[in-house]
Formats: sequence, C-alpha cells, structure tokens
Amino acid sequence: MSALSKSPKPNFGGAKAPSGAVVVAPGELRRDLRLIAEMIDPGARVLDIGCGDGSLLAYLVRHRNIDGRGMELSQSGVNACVGHGLSVVQGDADRDLDAYPTGAFDVVVLSQTLQATRQPRQVLETLVRIGRRAIVSFPNFGFWRIRLHLLLCGRMPMSHLLTYPWYETPNIHLCTIRDFVAMCDEIGVRVERGVTLDRHGQPYSLVPHGSLANLLAEQGLFVLSGSRRDGSTTA
Amino acid sequence: MSTVISPRFRVAPDQDWPGYRLLVREPLQLDCGIDFGPFTIAYQTYGTLNPDRSNAILVCHALTGDQYAADPHPITGKPGWWETMVGSGLVLDTDRYFVICANVLGGCMGTTGPQDINPATGEPWALSFPVITVRDMVRAQKWLLDHLGIDSLFCVTGGSMGGMQALQWAASYPECVFAAVPIAAAARHSAQNIAFHEVGRQAIMADPDWSGGRYLSLGRKPVRGLAVARMAAHITYLSEAALHRKFGRNLQDRRAVTYGFDADFQVESYLRHQGSTFVDRFDANSYLYITRAMDYFDLAAEHGGSLPSAFQGTRSRFCIISFTSDWLFPTSESRELVHALNAVAANVSFVEIETDNGHDAFLLHEPELFETLRGFLTGCAEHRGLTRSW
Repeated sequence: MSALSKSPKPNFGGAKAPSGAVVVAPGELRRDLRLIAEMIDPGARVLDIGCGDGSLLAYLVRHRNIDGRGMELSQSGVNACVGHGLSVVQGDADRDLDAYPTGAFDVVVLSQTLQATRQPRQVLETLVRIGRRAIVSFPNFGFWRIRLHLLLCGRMPMSHLLTYPWYETPNIHLCTIRDFVAMCDEIGVRVERGVTLDRHGQPYSLVPHGSLANLLAEQGLFVLSGSRRDGSTTA
Repeated sequence: MSTVISPRFRVAPDQDWPGYRLLVREPLQLDCGIDFGPFTIAYQTYGTLNPDRSNAILVCHALTGDQYAADPHPITGKPGWWETMVGSGLVLDTDRYFVICANVLGGCMGTTGPQDINPATGEPWALSFPVITVRDMVRAQKWLLDHLGIDSLFCVTGGSMGGMQALQWAASYPECVFAAVPIAAAARHSAQNIAFHEVGRQAIMADPDWSGGRYLSLGRKPVRGLAVARMAAHITYLSEAALHRKFGRNLQDRRAVTYGFDADFQVESYLRHQGSTFVDRFDANSYLYITRAMDYFDLAAEHGGSLPSAFQGTRSRFCIISFTSDWLFPTSESRELVHALNAVAANVSFVEIETDNGHDAFLLHEPELFETLRGFLTGCAEHRGLTRSW
C-alpha cells in the first residue's frame, strides 16, 4: 500500500491485511484496533481518519452496526475500501477535515497517524470539534528502548513501531505520552480515558499519566473530548 | 417492464431506431422562463424493473453521447458508449438492475432538440429553440421516471455532463436519489471549459453553411465547422501523455513530411477522422445548445453561492470519481465537491483513479473504475435491501 501512495504513509509494523482484502473477523483485527472498536457504541456515527484498507471500519460496520466513514491518504487504500462498499474519501488529516461540521460524528478515530500530520495541534482541535469524542493512538517516543537507543547508539531511534530511518520517515511530529497529555491540557482538550499498550496493542495496567507509563508503554491510546472548552459533558 | 400510461403521455416505440419515445404533453418549465412543450423524450432501457421498482439506475450521457449506452449506435453501427459497463454480469448488471438512459433535452437522437420541427412554424426550431440548462434536462428526465412509475432511483450516474446531471438530480430531487455517482464531473463549468466550448461554437457559426442556424431549412449542413469543433474538443478529452503514447510524432502513411498542409502526422489524421465521423451523427445546433447548458451549470450559484447548501439534508450516498490526467474536470474540482458534501455530513466516497487516458477515461476500460463502481453499488444494494431474487 505505501509503495503506491503519493506521500509517505506511516507504517508501524502492525498486521496489515493483504491489499484488496478487508478482514472483519474479531480474531483477525489488529489488537489495538480491536481495543478501539470496543470503545465505540453500536450505531454510532464514526469517522476513521487514516483508515488504511478499512479493516477497522469494516469490522465496526459488520459487528457494531455503525454509520462509518473513512479518510485515507493512499489511493490504493481508498480504492480497496470503496470497492468493498465502505464510504471512504481520499484525503489528508491536515487539509481535508475542516469542511466537516461541528459535532458531525459521535466518534472520530485517528489511529497511529497523528505523528505524521503537519499540524498535530490543529488536527487534534479539529478532531474534538467534528466528533463528540476522539480516539487517538500514537507511538510513545518516551518508551525506554527508544531512550536507551539514543543514549547508547547515539543515532535516531528505530523500533518495531518506528521502522523508518530519519531521512525518510513520515513521522515528523513524534511525541511522548507526557508531551501528548501536556498538549491536550494546554489546548483544553479533555482526556476522558487513557490506555497504554505494548507493541502488539496489549494494554498495560499502568496509570497513563504516570512517568512509569511514559517509560514502559510503547503506544498510547486516548479518548478525548472538547468538553472543557464548550462546557458540555460526555463522561 | 410494466408501463403506466397516464393521460398526459403518449408512448410509441421508435419506428426507425431501437428504444422508446415518450411524448410529454404538459409543458416543461425551463430555467430561461419559457414553458416548453409538448416534447418528446427518446430513451432506452436494459434489464427488468423489479416489482417494488427499487432497482432503477439512470445513466446520464455526456455532451455528444446518447441513449444507446449498451447497444449499437443506429447511425454509425459502433458499439454503445458504455457497453463495457452496462450489461449482463457487468458493473451495471442488467440481470440485477433496470438501467435507463435517455437522450438529453436539446439532443439530436430523438429527444426534442433544435433540429425538430417547431409546430408553430412548421420549420425546424434552429435558434428559436429555447436555451436549456442541465437542470432542464433533469426536469425532463423526471417526467420520464414519473411515467415509468419510478419514485426513487437506486442510482444515478454518468461521466462529464452525465456527472453534472447526476449532481443535479441529487440536488433537485434528493428524495428520489438513493445513490449518485458523478464521474469526471464538477459542480460548475470552469472558465477554461467555457472557453473551449466557445471555440467550438465559433467554429460552427463561422461555417457559411451554418446560415444563422437555418441550415436544415436551406438543405445545408455546417460539416466543416462542426468537425473543427469536435477536433478541438477531442484534444481536451485526452491528455498529453495519451496523445504521445498513441501517436507521438509518427507520420501518417509516409516516410517524410511533405512540406504542405496535408495530414502528415498521425495525430492530425486521427483528429480529422474524429471530426468527419462526428458530423454524420450529430447536429450542429444541438452542439451549440448542449455546450451552452454545460457552461451555465453552477450548482452553488443555484443555492445562493453556497455549494454545501445544494446538498443540505441529503440522505443520498455519493461516490465521486475523478481521473489523475483529466485536465478538463480535474481532481481538484471533485475534491471541492467532496468538501461541500462533507460540510453537510453527507455519506460520500471519493476515489481518484490513476490513468493517462484523460477525461475520456470514463468511457474506456479502466479496471479500477469498474472495481470501485461495482463495490460501491454492491454496498449500496445491501443498504437498500436489494436482493437478486424477485
């Protein structure tokens, strides 16, 4: 898929379905996506940004009966999704989200894509504007192996989730879990729930805001809302 | 297919050409303010309408197309313009869907147009034919669907001007459109496109045989002007890459240039052929009227300058398709449409297909176009509860 895309697409080494095939069986969905799916109420209106080949969307449509839309940068991903009956537009989180009206979706999902956006802060603000809730996951740059890699090797860290060398990585805005939480705080985005995960998407029983999570977790998964700013409550 | 004939209509199979003709006795209120009628709609159908009349797909043709999407053209004998798309087991599967294609208002293949006789004068309408719009074309099609007893289309689709009609359908009759697939289209005709159309029209009008549009009454035909119009337009349907791939600088049946103005190059010969075969099947005044209709098309202008307003509250499912090498209706215009549909939270898919075939790609064998459309329609059929057994 990434070979055909016009701009680099993050690849985090997760299990990708073969091109053109959309997996929907619960057992076959990537574990972090399954975790996201479990957070979404049946019948919800969902926008999945960076939906790839549509695995999560197809799963949600089939098993959760959601009204699902997707946005994907790579043309091959979009074509595969639409060819499988999913409502997906070719688009870019930085450029194509502004058109959506406020509160258009119950849930907006941005899985492993935030760090590849040009304006992550604006993207986050838009997510909580167009969705009542946003579910955002990203690789944690504070993970101990990454820290150790830089300390010991003196070279830009690469890991199971960060597979590109520095000169061709699409991941231009990497952050730690603490960075992320701090930014949410700064822009008045409310963190409703945080989950820390290992590289396979298996949750840790760690307090997501704590420094131990920032050291031990390989990924962060957060449920956000803009309620602190507009006064409404969704918790 | 069962036909419900209300007293307003008279239906008669065409004597000369395959397909049907519907005479609408009630006048059509045109955008230009004229109540026009009675008028005839020539149309063709493929497949069978199901008992609850929920499997109809309206295929809208482009500028020089006609109702013969999937059978041989009665004049040229060439295959239907979308015969790779419409048919048993094809993407617009006639075993499953009831496909309707009607010649547009102002056309020259049976639907009332400037070459028909104005009953008031006994002469061809020529330039006294009212200027029509894409919305007028769609209004006429709405009469046809009422006649066929179809309240709601499963899908309306078409490329280029056909895509404009699909958009107009979705905007004018949202409750009648379950799904809309505008291909290689835009919500308005661009300045560049209007400019190319103007070149074509001027070429026709500059032909002395055009005779102020009265050529039919005078027994003439502005074939040179119409051929030049077609040649110029045809270039815009291709891409630089496609022209280079097909012809390069290859010479036509000769080893060297002739230092004259013969068609030395293959591309010249090709264009001349395109021009000369076109005049056999198309009416010059129809060309003027239909290009004008496209020029006037601007969905946003119809809705106070706001394109999202055109689709406010729509429940239709959209699939917008563009082609990378289409410079007549570039992807940026489709993206604008997608943004407008997103702004009203419409259910929209958007696919850009990589090809060097230019604007004409919607008429050609583009596997990704077929796959996308098939998938989209299958998904829609599931939502609509369309099953194969009826």
